[in-house]
Amino acid sequence: MPGRSLSARCPVSCVDLLRSTDSVQDYSLSVFTVCIVADVSISHVLLGVLSSGPAHGYDLKREHDIRFPGAKELPYGQVYAALQRLERDGLVEVAETVRDGGPERTVYALTESGRAELDTWLASPESAGPYPADELVRKAVTALRTGVDARSFLARQREVHLARLRELLAAQDATTDPAGRAAIDHAVFHLDADLRWLEAAEGRLNAPSSSNHQGDPS
Amino acid sequence: MTDQLISARAVRKAYGRTEALRGVSLDISAGEKLAITGPSGSGKSTLLLSLAGILRPEAGEISYDGRRLDDLSEAERTRLRRREFGVVLQFGQLVPELTAVENVALPLMLERHARASADRIARGWLERLDAGALADVVPGELSGGEAQRVALARALVTSPRVIFADEPTGALDTVAGEQVLVALYDAAKETGAAIVMVTHDNRVAARADREVRMLDGTIA
Repeated sequence: MPGRSLSARCPVSCVDLLRSTDSVQDYSLSVFTVCIVADVSISHVLLGVLSSGPAHGYDLKREHDIRFPGAKELPYGQVYAALQRLERDGLVEVAETVRDGGPERTVYALTESGRAELDTWLASPESAGPYPADELVRKAVTALRTGVDARSFLARQREVHLARLRELLAAQDATTDPAGRAAIDHAVFHLDADLRWLEAAEGRLNAPSSSNHQGDPS
Repeated sequence: MTDQLISARAVRKAYGRTEALRGVSLDISAGEKLAITGPSGSGKSTLLLSLAGILRPEAGEISYDGRRLDDLSEAERTRLRRREFGVVLQFGQLVPELTAVENVALPLMLERHARASADRIARGWLERLDAGALADVVPGELSGGEAQRVALARALVTSPRVIFADEPTGALDTVAGEQVLVALYDAAKETGAAIVMVTHDNRVAARADREVRMLDGTIA
């Protein structure tokens, strides 16, 4: 059975879904999870890991966390939910079931359809944005708008970002795997972009023309 | 007993009517890696050059290992810089007519080392920085990253107690810059040298022990 495209299975984005929902009970956990998983391409990442050979859920989770050390660790539940959907859609199949003295584990393998889906995904460039304003931007702009100790806020935020940057660089130094280093580069460059944005905000605060706008509630 | 290697107190420096440093105080410990960051024109490089005894501040005090730099004659300051300090700048500033190993040996030759001995030590440092194969190459034939490795070797060859670096990775791409920086930090760790480095690069600043952020001639 040919696999369906993941985007075709989730016609409504999570944002639209949440906006159109009147109460929490109106959307089921499975619908919510499908959309979240599809949005962050976890399923495709799992297909990518399986392209190296069959693996069970625990190995997939572990490999994901190794490949993307700058990202949040992947919850087991999300892995198994994604595998079930991939199997349902014919993109992966059960290769074998093993029991090494412990609980039974299902080993999954990539199907031909799964490989085709992976190739299609890898051939398509990602959107360049726009990116939603996150808590950092909201807080910093509020600090700049109110003029209340904005410099101290920016300095403290810089410290937090630098501390995280140190952690990532230490993790990068600890690995010699080029793909692993590249994955950390991505997180490092985003932090660097945030830091440069904080510097620019600091510069705006110190520029003579900015004084007219401090505390401007408009 | 203190492990403060460099101490600056209320240092002021002006270029004409423009005040580059407006009362900067700072202590640097032996073996410390310090990053000096801040916007363009905030006084970072002036602070670095003042700490290295290259610029003379108009007011304030800078001490190195308990000795006031402003009490030293120009000849004594030059000798101090040659023996105790290593300097790395953004573009390497190698002597174009000399080979890499001759560039690295230069500080030793100025200290009256015999040519053969200086050459041997210089080659050793190039080897330690993975640049041994470049020993007989002239700077015009080196890539940016290779030239900076040679410049690092030249800064390290006298086993200085402090390395002053002004944007040492500023002209390099991400990977080459990282390699140069790691080479510098590894060498400094091995020799116990302190590093005082001006940088615009947050990744470089994050690898330092401490960041001093300059803003409009003062420490922010």
